[in-house]
Amino acid sequence: MQFGIFSVSDITRDPVTGTTPSEAERIDAVVRMAVKAEEAGLDVFAIGEHHNPPFFSSSPTTLLAHIAALTTRLIVTTSTTLITTNDPVRIAEEYAMLQHLSKGRMDLMLGRGNTAPVYPWFGQDIRQGLPLALEHYNLLHRLWREDVVDWEGHFRTPLQGFTSTPRPLDDVPPFVWHGSIRTPEIAEQAAYYGDGFFANHIFWPKEHTQRMVEFYRQRFEHHGHGTAKQAIVGLGGQTYIAKNSQDAHEEFRPYFNEAPVYGNGPTMEQFTEMTPLTVGSPQEVIDKTLGFRDYVGDYQRQLFLVDHAGLPLDAVLDQIDLLGSEVVPVLRREFASLRDPEVPDAPTHAGLVKAKYGDAQPRQPRPNANRGDNVTGGSPYQDSEAVARSPFGEELG
Amino acid sequence: MADTESNSAASRTFRLAVVNAGISDPSSTKLLADRVAQAVSDLATRRGHRVQVRTIDLRELLPELSGALASGLLGPKFTAAVDALREADGVIASTPVYKAGPSGLFDSFFQVLDNDLLIAKPIALAATAGTARHALVVDEQMRSLFAYLRALSVPTSVFASTEDWQDKSLGSRIDRAAFELLLLMESGFERDVRGESWRRYQHEYGSAGGSELTIDLDTDLMRLATGGSLKPTGSTIEGIDED
Repeated sequence: MQFGIFSVSDITRDPVTGTTPSEAERIDAVVRMAVKAEEAGLDVFAIGEHHNPPFFSSSPTTLLAHIAALTTRLIVTTSTTLITTNDPVRIAEEYAMLQHLSKGRMDLMLGRGNTAPVYPWFGQDIRQGLPLALEHYNLLHRLWREDVVDWEGHFRTPLQGFTSTPRPLDDVPPFVWHGSIRTPEIAEQAAYYGDGFFANHIFWPKEHTQRMVEFYRQRFEHHGHGTAKQAIVGLGGQTYIAKNSQDAHEEFRPYFNEAPVYGNGPTMEQFTEMTPLTVGSPQEVIDKTLGFRDYVGDYQRQLFLVDHAGLPLDAVLDQIDLLGSEVVPVLRREFASLRDPEVPDAPTHAGLVKAKYGDAQPRQPRPNANRGDNVTGGSPYQDSEAVARSPFGEELG
Repeated sequence: MADTESNSAASRTFRLAVVNAGISDPSSTKLLADRVAQAVSDLATRRGHRVQVRTIDLRELLPELSGALASGLLGPKFTAAVDALREADGVIASTPVYKAGPSGLFDSFFQVLDNDLLIAKPIALAATAGTARHALVVDEQMRSLFAYLRALSVPTSVFASTEDWQDKSLGSRIDRAAFELLLLMESGFERDVRGESWRRYQHEYGSAGGSELTIDLDTDLMRLATGGSLKPTGSTIEGIDED
């Protein structure tokens, strides 16, 4: 089972000191968090994507490539990549590039984004968000699996004879998680393709997560990817840890009370009662997190939100240390002992390569020579079957 | 499920949810709601039925209201209120009039609920005020709220200003509204709408107080989710372009 942290990249005023970090400070801080996550023994770092202040993460692959270069073991991923307002062609290209540079230490999580004004900035309409997400992913899925794609859809301009470059590392597409809170169509798409399903799990009571995960598991089995219990599930979570519970409550309360989204609403006690948030000692975090398994079954990835609401960097680094030293080692042991032996581990690049090739060498696509007009003609790679194509992409009889 | 204690096939037990936004104790708003509830109960008894009343004092939800408004997170009392409304055969909703409108607590409560929780549910509307000049608040403001929620408001509005409490015509309005409500509860209107026409109303997964859990796999969007394609540009997408 993988454990990690995820950030939404908010730049929030620290309600205790009154200081708002600059973009430069917050970007540096997030890089330090990621490096600290690896040092503390965590497995995964995830960053969100936003295109408006007070967030900084407009370009997640740039940040994640940098983090991958500073680390050796950490898996970098997103929480989430916007499958609606991004062109799926650009997602295919950018994340394949990240996959090469990180040597496969990456995956990505797709989400729709719920900020209405962002959509028109990218020529889209939030009212079409769901069909847009579904259609875009259908295309993205093909772009990573077919060297040459002809495609026509409802939203994007058609593609004729298009090759997304670079081809995925070892010709094995990045693993994809689909994030959703209460949209059955997204769970269905994840199940159809045998991809992972990630429940944000932060703002909703557990019943919502439970229902969606159960539906995804049933459909995963229906679509023939394995049994329901073998479906790939990830969960979000949110913690503030101190050695003793009382300190945790006192330290976190001012941040909770003014947090974006739920601040000035429910009390911290109500919120911890009704949602996965845990504020308390390492043992309290362990107990509550182990309880997640009771309603979603054995799952593969647990990410914690530890850096939002204006928490200063030092506090966040302490949180990562506490997670790594006192919480995650126990969770690893406990979850492993409870785990059904038929449940697979979280997918990794090495595992996917092994599944595809066994002991054989992975495919390494080598392009054909430039034909003189900066394209390679009908067959882009030396090992692909030569297909005669007209300059407009149609296959010739 | 409503017939557990009935003596004959014709005798039924109805569940009545009585919502009031009264603040003082005792509260004339709660008193008005209770009088309508009592009238429904008496009429039902005369017609061979029984009524189980569940009272929802919105005042008790105040500590949970900020969380519900800010993040949609319903606390235990809120959840119990939603359960009571979902299971009710009929509803009585009563509010004080403040600043020429229903109280903020009353409006806020109903704004937090799922849009489809009260579809086709019979409801009697009542309001209290310090002056008769607020008499149209029920008809002009409360009715539109419940029309949006697609509840079925009874024709008679029950409004009581200070002077009405000494006027026996208030009692006759209460009896009229109670009778109308009981007839609608007896008619099975809500049951038939929900049973036969439920899919024609918009729903979200997990809505209607957590009871709306059916997933239709036979839709354009589900076909798109499983690798299908949409109809060409310009055509409508079922479930998205049409309501």
